[in-house]
Amino acid sequence: MSDQSPSPDPTPGPPPSGPILYYNQAVIDHFLNPRHVGELSDEEADGFGLVGDPACGDQMKLWIVVHEDRIARIAFKSFGCPGAIATSSMLATLAAGKTVAEAARITDDDVIEALGGIPERKRHCSLLGVQALQAALQDWQQRRLGGGTPNP
Amino acid sequence: MIYLDHNATTPLHPRVLQEMLPFLQERWGNPSSPHRLGADARQALDQARERIARRLQCRPEELIFCGSGTEADNLALRGVARALRARGDGIVTSAIEHPAVLATCAALAAEGFRVTHVPVDGQGRVQPAALAAALDEGTILVSLMHANNETGVLQPLAELAELTRARGIVLHTDAVQTAGKVPLQPSLAGADLITLSGHKLYGPKGIGVLVARAGTPLLPVIAGGGQEQGRRSGTENVAAIVGLAAALELVTADLAAEAAREGELRELLETQVRQRLAGVTIHGAGAPRVPGTSSLSFTGVDGESLVLGLDLQGICVSTGSACSTGDPEPSHVLLAMGVPPRQAQGTIRISLGRETRAEDITRTVDALVDTVERLRRISSI
Repeated sequence: MSDQSPSPDPTPGPPPSGPILYYNQAVIDHFLNPRHVGELSDEEADGFGLVGDPACGDQMKLWIVVHEDRIARIAFKSFGCPGAIATSSMLATLAAGKTVAEAARITDDDVIEALGGIPERKRHCSLLGVQALQAALQDWQQRRLGGGTPNP
Repeated sequence: MIYLDHNATTPLHPRVLQEMLPFLQERWGNPSSPHRLGADARQALDQARERIARRLQCRPEELIFCGSGTEADNLALRGVARALRARGDGIVTSAIEHPAVLATCAALAAEGFRVTHVPVDGQGRVQPAALAAALDEGTILVSLMHANNETGVLQPLAELAELTRARGIVLHTDAVQTAGKVPLQPSLAGADLITLSGHKLYGPKGIGVLVARAGTPLLPVIAGGGQEQGRRSGTENVAAIVGLAAALELVTADLAAEAAREGELRELLETQVRQRLAGVTIHGAGAPRVPGTSSLSFTGVDGESLVLGLDLQGICVSTGSACSTGDPEPSHVLLAMGVPPRQAQGTIRISLGRETRAEDITRTVDALVDTVERLRRISSI
């Protein structure tokens, strides 16, 4: 329904003077101002992906709208650590506007590289976004083959 | 900066530093040396030992100075276990102990000791009946913390000590989180071994002490020159021991008044947070707690994201415990209390201290409310 992206909500306060909790400025920026945050309705979305255990750990929901084989719109919601939020945001940024084939080739390394690196122990967080996108693309494929959705 | 992580460490009090400085500068002798510089250090060490003993209501010779609270826990557990190996092999502890105790117990289990972890109730307390059920003929040692570092929940140590005393079992308690916050006596009167740490009570890092009641069987863990009556070798850290004496006097001088003050500030914090946010759980709130500690969880929000969000606004708080930071697993303390994993993941610890003021709480609540609301707008839960 409400695609809130981008949701500029800069938290007030002094700028960090050094690495805080081992994250770089790009990660902090995507954590504070995540891009493409939002939620699409079933009617709006062509594909939906949900990753993460239902009871514990990080979780992510991701919606895509595909128009002429391109990701015309992407929205996500994420529960997790700063690394999970920042990599979700960067994944959505990388995938937006790409063809479906291009988007399917995005790896967690691409996400980490685009952020300028994340701490080693946070590498697994970046998988969440990539997996959610893969799931959403698969969902889109199935809906298309099934012919169940009215989208062109 | 607003520092609200006093359970991790406290600032060194200026008066403590003043007392320490001579022993880092001109009075740097080794207390074991047979000359005037050594004698001066020995005298300072003896005086500090007496000051600490007076505050802890024990005898000077019952104090064993160590390099940290962790080392004191290691000495207590390994020292007693090895001393009593012939009598039995059972060690009983709780599910919510500090890693200094849990990891030492795991090491002893690998050496062949039987380690039993007593469960806690929903408030994080060891019930006397649960402890009684865990004790058997072969139990030689029980180790239970006085208060938990994550929740601040106090254990009913006096009641629990009755059970060990009646059976002649040695009782160790880690009082690192309570020394200087609540009176140790008479609650710990039944404990044979008590662990304290300097840097949790406005003293220096690198100093811990194990209080070992006279007659407690204890073998040394560190061998060497035979300092501390052969129970802990290594040249005494005179400056830090003097610092510990100064810090203990400082925190015990107005303990009741400061405990009341921090208790009121925590009440202010918890009341305001509950008024302004839904989906808040305060862990252990139904049990007696040390006055300045609050363990709070917020539905749909990850604890580490909350800590970073507050850090970016100049407010220092923690997830579960300082040691667990960087560990993706939810707190073993909260899980043992029956807190669902995802709620445990959404927990932060706020621990107040002597320099905390009411305006710090107000600013922290504002920042907390902003950050939780922002993260909930992003959250998939």
